[in-house]
Formats: sequence, structure tokens, C-alpha cells
Amino acid sequence: MALLEINDLCATVDGKEILKGINLSLDSGQVHAIMGPNGSGKSTLSYVLSGRAGYEVTGGEVLLDGKNLLEMDPEERACEGVFLGFQYPVEIPGVPGTTFLKTAVNAVRRYRGESEFDAMQFVKFVRAKAKEFNVSDDMLKRAVNSGFSGGEKKRNEILQMAVLEPRLAILDETDSGLDIDALKLVAAGVNAMRGPERAMLMITHYQRLLDYVVPDMVHVLFEGQIVKSGPKELALELEKEGYCQFFETAA
Amino acid sequence: MVANAETIEQVQSVTEKYKYGFVTDIEMDHAPKGLSEDIVRFISAKKDEPEWLLEWRLKAYRHWLTMPEPEWAKISHPPIDYQDSYYYAAPKSPDDAPKSLDEVDPKLLETYEKLGIPLKEQEMLAGVAVDAVFDSVSVATTYKKKLEEKGIIFCAISEAVQRCPELVQKYLGSVVPYADNKHSCLNSAVYTDGSFVYIPKGVRCPMELSTYFRINAENTGQFERTLIIADEGSYVSYLEGCTAPMRDENQLHAAVVELIALDDAEIKYSTVQNWYPGDENGKGGIYNFVTKRGACRGRNSKISWTQIETGSAITWKYPSCILEGDNSVGEFYSVAITNNMQQADTGTKMIHIGRNTSSTIISKGISAGRADQTYRGLVKIMPKASGARNYTQCDSLLIGDECGAHTVPYIESRNASAKVEHEATTAKISEDQMFYCLQRGISEEEAVALIVNGFCREVMQQLPMEFAVEAQKLIGISLEGSVG
Repeated sequence: MALLEINDLCATVDGKEILKGINLSLDSGQVHAIMGPNGSGKSTLSYVLSGRAGYEVTGGEVLLDGKNLLEMDPEERACEGVFLGFQYPVEIPGVPGTTFLKTAVNAVRRYRGESEFDAMQFVKFVRAKAKEFNVSDDMLKRAVNSGFSGGEKKRNEILQMAVLEPRLAILDETDSGLDIDALKLVAAGVNAMRGPERAMLMITHYQRLLDYVVPDMVHVLFEGQIVKSGPKELALELEKEGYCQFFETAA
Repeated sequence: MVANAETIEQVQSVTEKYKYGFVTDIEMDHAPKGLSEDIVRFISAKKDEPEWLLEWRLKAYRHWLTMPEPEWAKISHPPIDYQDSYYYAAPKSPDDAPKSLDEVDPKLLETYEKLGIPLKEQEMLAGVAVDAVFDSVSVATTYKKKLEEKGIIFCAISEAVQRCPELVQKYLGSVVPYADNKHSCLNSAVYTDGSFVYIPKGVRCPMELSTYFRINAENTGQFERTLIIADEGSYVSYLEGCTAPMRDENQLHAAVVELIALDDAEIKYSTVQNWYPGDENGKGGIYNFVTKRGACRGRNSKISWTQIETGSAITWKYPSCILEGDNSVGEFYSVAITNNMQQADTGTKMIHIGRNTSSTIISKGISAGRADQTYRGLVKIMPKASGARNYTQCDSLLIGDECGAHTVPYIESRNASAKVEHEATTAKISEDQMFYCLQRGISEEEAVALIVNGFCREVMQQLPMEFAVEAQKLIGISLEGSVG
């Protein structure tokens, strides 16, 4: 059974049809990349999968480990193992990073019937992870994403992923706004999270991230549909030729 | 039959009628319903008060009769029937008290659980008979010993009147004169009890004082009167209230708190208020009309007020500081939460009189449901207050689209060297923030609690440790049902 199965997924936003029949299958342990021009529906796909309000599913189904994902509330999906690395992580003033993470981790553990961390246990746990993923103690103490640089925000997303240990990680333009050094750090973090028990869907505009996080498959999303799929070389091809070929076909 | 001296004497000894100059039988446990000069005398007699105090009460009562209801606040309520209340009730007999938590309203216990209140404390709060709560009594006795060693007086104000009448007479009504406003006037006439604290020169009170440990206290009255005096160079931190929801059959609560800080002294006064707010339609909740004022009489003195107001159907209070002494400092940190149909008109007054005085105001208002809330503040710089500085920050957070938040800041400066800064923000909990939390597995209710606690952080950090943890939980509980 595939970890993630998307069949004929259609969705509208503000009455406009954005996803027009997505078909995709991801096995545990795999990393797939989704590329496409602006407006093709990449972010919409990530929001529909994570259950954001305002995105209406008009057809199709999504199965996570065989379970009907679309029926679940967003926090339920998170507890079932869906993680979204946001393109523009939002600030939550006054809420220290550690507090936020502890609330999230304990919510998931509660859902799974596991025992919750107390304050001391959690600090130990998160400090160890933070070290691994290049997040300073200071960043943990500061309010969530408050005053963080672009690179810090993205590294914080990866830390959260490491702490929550999801089944399915959807990374929405994780590389946007990063310089080369920041990109390398983030990529290292993503690679450290690759594993047989996990699948990743990387949504990206540019090919360069894929130099560091090598995908098993690349899909091209164009006007709400996946129009082409192929191995990692497809990304290089797109880099050279752009998306014109798809525009022409459409015309 | 003609009344002769003998008969009059006989009548007197039976009813004590003429001794106190009123009709009501002093042996009664309750004063009869209603308010009159008689009742004022009754209360004073029950407490065995000296003449000067009775006179003061009577002056207040007579003045109260002439005062109109204040109507300038942004709150609305049906007219208060002052006659429809008992102004004195003796403490409940131990026989009436619940024998154990099993006899207590389960809904109340549910709230105690949510707040994480330890079992022993729950028993105390629910009024379980004292002998069943042995530990608390012995802890309170240990406290008392420690305080006595330092010469600190911490007792019920009625006890203070007997123990140190000169102190009470000197300071009572010196910060909030009875004629200040209609509610403080009523309080002066009929207050039944409250705390009295005196910290001697140079003494730092070794522990936080709270009403919890003031044994021999009568029922928390609807008209509490508190007087705290910090002598030169002393320090005290006082906690009022508790996070557990408090019900009372009397609807009007008009407390008065007076603080006096002499040279180099500091008073830190923290309040967590969670009086019954009424049902979702606002019916039956408590009216909390409080007058709190601190006088920084001495040089380099400091008074700070920290309040977390989540309860009451209507909250009306402006803890204030009068900065008389040179270099004195006044602070006001407030979180006010209104949900369902609650109303709040709250804020502070900082009056700068001495030289080089400074004040800080941080007000966080959170409104949800169909509630309405106003921050009303006054920063007043008097002509001789050279070098005065004020920083005010009032932030409002709206949850949902049926609630209201208003800000009415007044600044009156009559000295050109004053520096007054004011910042204000109004926000809603953004959908982005909510979704970020949901996507991490955090439920809506937990997310609101998290975000609101973050919003209130600056104020929460001012609370003494014991209160801080419970207050955080209380904030979450107060906003239950506010989203979705």
C-alpha cells in the first residue's frame, strides 16, 4: 500500500477551479518533487492536503496509509502524520518556540495514546534535536519566528519536522528566499529526515534545491494537473527549457 | 402607664436598643435586608468599633445618599436596587460547610481540575470544614510566626482596628476619601472586612502575602476594604483573589484598596479575578466596581499593580498611582478578558506630582463572544512635576466578529519637560496563525490559549510564580467556546 495516494483530486478556491484532477502516488521512503509555473496550483495542493479552510474539494480522494485524509480536520491530519513546511512561516508573538513545540508534540502524543512530555523532559528532547539541526538555544527561547531571518524561519520549519517526526512531509518552496549557505543547511536538514518510514513531497520553483535533496521522481504541475513525470533528470531539463513547452501544448 | 427610669433600664438591658442607638437586635446573625443608618450602626457594633470609625461610616453613608449614579463608563446594567441585599452576614457555621468534596457542585470541581488546583486547596476553596483540612491551618500558623518575628502586621482589618487603631485611623480614607465616588462611599459605610498590612521600616516581607493565609477572616465580603502601609525602606508583595471561580449571592462587589508607600518603600499588588461572569446571556453575574489607589508618598517609592481580570459580568476599576514623592514610580500591568456578554471598563490613572516621577502602563484587552471592553486611562502631569516620564501601551485582541474593544486614553500635561509616550494596537487572531497551530496538531481551543498567552506575555511575566501558572490556564478556560 502506498503511503500517499491521490486520485483525481479536484479543488476550488474562491469559486475558481485550481486543481483539475491530480493523480499521484508516494511510497514510504520516497522523495518526490513537484515543479511548475506560478499559478499552477502547487501551494493549493499543499493546502488541500493539509486541510486549510477556504480550499474546497470538489472531487477525488486522498488516502494516507489507506485512511481517508479529506474527512479529517487539519489537526487530526497532523496527528496522523502530515507535516507542512510553510513557504512563509507566520510569527506568533510572545510564544516561545519551546512552548509551541511542546504543545504540538504533546497534542500528537495524546492523540496516539502515548505519555506526554513534562517541561524538563521536553527541554532535553528538543535541545538535542536543535543541536542536530543547527538551531541555537536562543532561537528556541525567542517567540516563534519573531524577528527570524528567512533562513532561520526555514531552519525552524525543519526542526519542527524533526521534532514531530511525520509520515508525510510536504515542503512548500522550502528554498525560497535562501542564499546558498542557508540552502545547504536546510537541505542537510531535509536529507537527515529522509528514511524508510517517511515520504516527502517537495514543492519547488527552482531546480537548485534538487541538487542537494535528490528526488526519486519529479512531477510537473501545470494548470491544475500533473502533465509530466520522470526521474531527477527531468528537473534539469525544465531548468534548461522552462515551462514553455506546456504552454504551447495547452494552446 | 408612665415610663419611669426603671422601666427604661429594663428595656435597654433586654434589647440594647439605646446603647447603640438603633433598633436591630445585635445578637442576630444577619442584618435584615436593606440599607439604612441602622444597618451601618449594626455593622459597626458587631465589630465593636471605636466611635471615630462609626462616625466616619455614618458620614459616608449620609454623603452616599446625596450622590448620583456615575454614568460615564461604557457599561450598561439595570439600576441597582440597594435595598435588595444583605449588608451583613455572620460567617457560616462549620455545621453548614460541606464535609468533603463529594458534597460540592461537580461543575465547580471540574473547573478546579482544569486549573490544576491541588486537592487540598480545592477543599479550602469549597469551604470544606476546617478540621478536615488540617495541613492548611498549620501552614497558615507557620506563616504567622514568621511574620510576627519581623514585626509585620498582617490581619483582618477589623482586627487591626483593635490592635493598632492609630495606624488605621491615620491612613484609612487618606488615599480614597469616602466621597471619591458613589461605590467607594458605599464601601466606606458598610465594608465588613478586608486585609490590613503594615511593614515596618527597612523590612522586606519574606513571602508573598495572600488572603488565603489570613486566618480568622470572615466571609470575603462584597465590600472588602484593604489597607496596606509600607514604611520607609520596606517591601511587600500581596496577592489578591484566586483563579478559582467565585460565586456570591450578592451581585454588587464594591471593594476599596488603599496602598501607602513611604520613602524608599515598594508595594507590589497582584490580582487574579475570576468572579462568576453570569451565563452565556450575561444573566446573574457579579458586578465588580472597585476603587484601588496607591499613594507613593515617599521619595523613591514604588507601587505596581498587576491584574488579570477574567470574571464578573461587569468590571469597572482603575487601579491608580499618585506619584507624590520625588523619583517615585507607578506601574500598571493588566490583562482583561471579556467573553460571551461580559462588559469591562477598566484602566488606570497615573498622577505625576513630584519631580522625576515615572509611570508604565501595559494593558492587554482580549474581547470575544459578544463582549465589550474599554481601556480608559489618564496620565496627568501636574505643573511642578518636572522630568516626568510615562510609557503607555494598550493592545486589544478581538476574537470573532461580534465583540468590541475601545481605547480612551487621556493625557493632561501641565509641565513642558514631561515625556509621554503612547502606543496602541488592535488585532484579530490571524487565520494564518490559527492554521499554523492546527497544522502542528494543536486543537483550536489550545491554539487560542497559546496565542492569547503570547499576546499577554509582558503582563504575565509580572505575576508572582504561584499565580502565573494558574493564570495561564485560566486564560485558556476563559476563552472556551470563543472560536468556531
